[in-house]
Amino acid sequence: MGGEVAGNAILEIGDLKKEFGGLIAVDDVSFDVQRGEIFSIIGPNGAGKTTIFNLISGVLPTTDGEIKFEGDVINGLKPHVVAGLGLSRTFQNLQVFNNMTVLENVMVGRHLQSSYGMMSAGLRLPGGRREEKEIIDRSMEQLAYVGLDSMADVGASSLPFGQQRLLEIARAMATEPKLLMLDEPGAGLNRPEKEDLDALVRRIRDSGVTVLLVEHDMAFVMGIAERIIVLDYGEKIAEGTPEEIQSDPEVIAAYLGHEEIRVI
Amino acid sequence: MQGFLGNRSVKRGLTVAAMVVLVALVLFLAYQKNFGPKAFAQWTIDGIRGGSIYGLVGLGFVVIFSVTGVINFAQGEFVMLGAMFCATFYALDVPLPPPLKLVVAIILTVIIVTLVGVIFERATISPARARGAHIVTLIIITIGFTITVRAIALLLWGSRAKIVPAFTNLQQTDVIFRPLGLTLSAQSLWIWGTVAVVLAALYYFFERTMMGKAFRACAINPRAAELMGINPSRMSLLSFALAAAVGAVGGIVFGAATRPQYDMGLVFGLKGFVAAIMAGMVNPLGAVLGGLILGVAENVGAGVTGLYGYRDLIAFVILILILLFRPQGIIGGGERGVEQT
Amino acid sequence: MVGEEGWSRYANIMGLGVFIAIIVVFGLIETIEPFGLRFRDLTGGMITFDTLIRIGILTIVVVGLNLLMGYAGQISLGQAGYYGIGAYVSAILCTMAPRHHLLPGISDTWWWPWLVIVVAMLVTGGFAYLIGKPILRLRGMYLAMATLGLGVVMYTVFREGGGLTGGHDGISGIPRLSIGNFTFWPIERYYWLVWAVAIAVIIIGLNVINSRVGRGLRAIESSEVAASTMGVDTANYKVQIFVLSAMMASLAGSLYAHFQALVAPGPFGFVPSVELVCMAAVGGMASVWGAALGVTFFFLVKEVLRARMHQLLGVGGEYELIGYGIILILVMIFMPQGLSFGGAKALEWLRNLKVFRRAGDKETEPRAEQAV
Repeated sequence: MGGEVAGNAILEIGDLKKEFGGLIAVDDVSFDVQRGEIFSIIGPNGAGKTTIFNLISGVLPTTDGEIKFEGDVINGLKPHVVAGLGLSRTFQNLQVFNNMTVLENVMVGRHLQSSYGMMSAGLRLPGGRREEKEIIDRSMEQLAYVGLDSMADVGASSLPFGQQRLLEIARAMATEPKLLMLDEPGAGLNRPEKEDLDALVRRIRDSGVTVLLVEHDMAFVMGIAERIIVLDYGEKIAEGTPEEIQSDPEVIAAYLGHEEIRVI
Repeated sequence: MQGFLGNRSVKRGLTVAAMVVLVALVLFLAYQKNFGPKAFAQWTIDGIRGGSIYGLVGLGFVVIFSVTGVINFAQGEFVMLGAMFCATFYALDVPLPPPLKLVVAIILTVIIVTLVGVIFERATISPARARGAHIVTLIIITIGFTITVRAIALLLWGSRAKIVPAFTNLQQTDVIFRPLGLTLSAQSLWIWGTVAVVLAALYYFFERTMMGKAFRACAINPRAAELMGINPSRMSLLSFALAAAVGAVGGIVFGAATRPQYDMGLVFGLKGFVAAIMAGMVNPLGAVLGGLILGVAENVGAGVTGLYGYRDLIAFVILILILLFRPQGIIGGGERGVEQT
Repeated sequence: MVGEEGWSRYANIMGLGVFIAIIVVFGLIETIEPFGLRFRDLTGGMITFDTLIRIGILTIVVVGLNLLMGYAGQISLGQAGYYGIGAYVSAILCTMAPRHHLLPGISDTWWWPWLVIVVAMLVTGGFAYLIGKPILRLRGMYLAMATLGLGVVMYTVFREGGGLTGGHDGISGIPRLSIGNFTFWPIERYYWLVWAVAIAVIIIGLNVINSRVGRGLRAIESSEVAASTMGVDTANYKVQIFVLSAMMASLAGSLYAHFQALVAPGPFGFVPSVELVCMAAVGGMASVWGAALGVTFFFLVKEVLRARMHQLLGVGGEYELIGYGIILILVMIFMPQGLSFGGAKALEWLRNLKVFRRAGDKETEPRAEQAV
């Protein structure tokens, strides 16, 4: 384990690159995420934000570059190994487990915090049952944390959209991550829901979890993020505090350019 | 993709080594049992004959799979229906000269089996797809159809073998040529000719006609094709019709070289599938080639070892090996279905 | 989807109670013969007691298949092969070993066949583990076909195994199972044994599903990507469940061998494998109960059709499969999630209708968009 790292960076991305059959989705992107901050990656649609998440979490293999988590190189590791290191995420296009209840969804998040296996499960051995109780208790706590505890026994697929987003956050938090990666958590939410989300993300950060956020709602990000990088066509075009980003001409140009296309 | 057998060059080395060992084994066995080149030539000829039909069935699998993503288990049943209908029509007592009767029987058979394919698609696959059926559900539907067709065939024709006359002399026993001391039935020539004609016709259809081009577009990218105004439902229907017709043709020509029975479809279905897998499920010509290779491998393998009971095993060992080592096929295949990590 | 955690647990226990009650009643009828009536008299001669035992044996196989297909989302078209390994290992070791005085003092005791059952399960499990590692990298159709190929290979070995497997004729003279001097035979006694095992397997299946492991598997089925980022080692779990399902099939195969006293290649080929998948699918792939339901349904339809077709058409044989094939197609088109899912829906509907209905939440239950 890397342990103490200079500058207290929890995540270090160096010259990260991803090609899809000749198309460069992420082009030599570098940035560091500091422990305990809310860091955001923004950029227009198709800028490569979600791809970066997929690379960090091990869902996609990298083409080139380096991803370090707590000082250790993690690219090439399988997603479940990455998750075991303390890195958890949500998905832009919701990946709630539709065939389970809300509570069970969060219980999957406790997977790595428990260990009993097939044998113990099939025969309901006492060790497994003890763990199971622990899993349920902790999962209920997570549900309460995001305000979904009253929905515990509801089928996850019948939750409204906004609550499914919260469920994904609860599920990710159940893994007890050191770094939580939220992929467009605000997409599809209305104003009051976004305000709740804002408060929730701050609470998560205050509990000591570093938050890496992908968003394209500028207003939301500017209010919450401490540092931001901006991607356009897979390249990093700016990095800084919200104030710096808002006044960066290149960022404005990138957004305006895309805004026009979207209007048409 | 770096999986359980390390990197690519190691894999390639292993493949080559395995091939060498295999060839050495075959030659050693042949030497020990005194099989000369003649025996090999004979096995090859016989293998190509059966393999042609595997190829045609494999072609049907590819045609349906590339457009619909469905593996049609009933593919072999089209072969059975082709042989059985043809035998039945030919056996009818109508005042036609026998050659004409055979031609009429063949045409009627192809039409009927194609209709069966069309009805099958419209009555089961199409409504299931409209309801958003999972791909496994669709496979099970084709299995259900297979079971039904077989049972109906048993009801219609009983379990006795039928007779399709040899095309050359319209007799039960075919004309035999003996070039270089080998045995070659005239029907084999008919089979190879038919395969060639079918391939040429399909080539013309896919390359030269509007509908064929639309079909190929649908196979390459269904969504884009739909945006271009191609109706995927119609293409699905077309694929089943084509596959049924090709299967029927295979059944008719091969029917004369064997004794068709209601339960012959299964073997052809499975072997045809292996042929299609060899072509990565997407390459029609590759499927035919795969069928030929499979047919020869089977015959040489069984002949050299003398273990005729294990003949079927060869096809499935090939199947498993391909799926494990080169799921994209060995003859110009695609990348579908392979885990992408 | 089906229901709430508490509710489904309650439903499972209830279901188990009802299920056991039915099994016991059937068994008692045959054992006691009230008013001189045996089981087959009560069903108009269509369903014999023999059929009930077969249902029990195949339920064990299909529970395993159900776990694999419904929960791990992996199809196996070669399950009859594992069933066959169990049957053949039991048959070979229980007939040859005593005959050739292998392990004297062990192979002629009453507990030898039981030991063999366990050995067979371990052999099958080990084989499935070795095969499963590479094969489970394949997806969907490709996996289906690889397992199909495996099934055919196993079948061919059974058929062509010469002196060891007895070829087409198979192996006969397999002894009955017994504990001390108590033999599980005649058929009524064997019935209790088979169903006790089947119920134990069902309970194990339910336990697995409602555990950490089961949730991991269901997560894989719903979204493999999300499951893996939650720390579920998907490849490992797929192999584990593959092994478990193979071991269940092997157990059933051993029970079959001691039931039939004869093992021939017939029931272990391609068509039986397909039938097993169909039973699992018709019963409902994401449901352990679906296994029992699917097997029962399959046998009822088959037996009833056989009897009825015989009366109507005056024919016998494989004809009843016409009806079976058509029913299979219809179920797959109109109830693709299987009969048990239809049943669960009906239950849920009832529940909403009466007791659990709360004011306010009945009108709008907003459905989330389907996640891609």
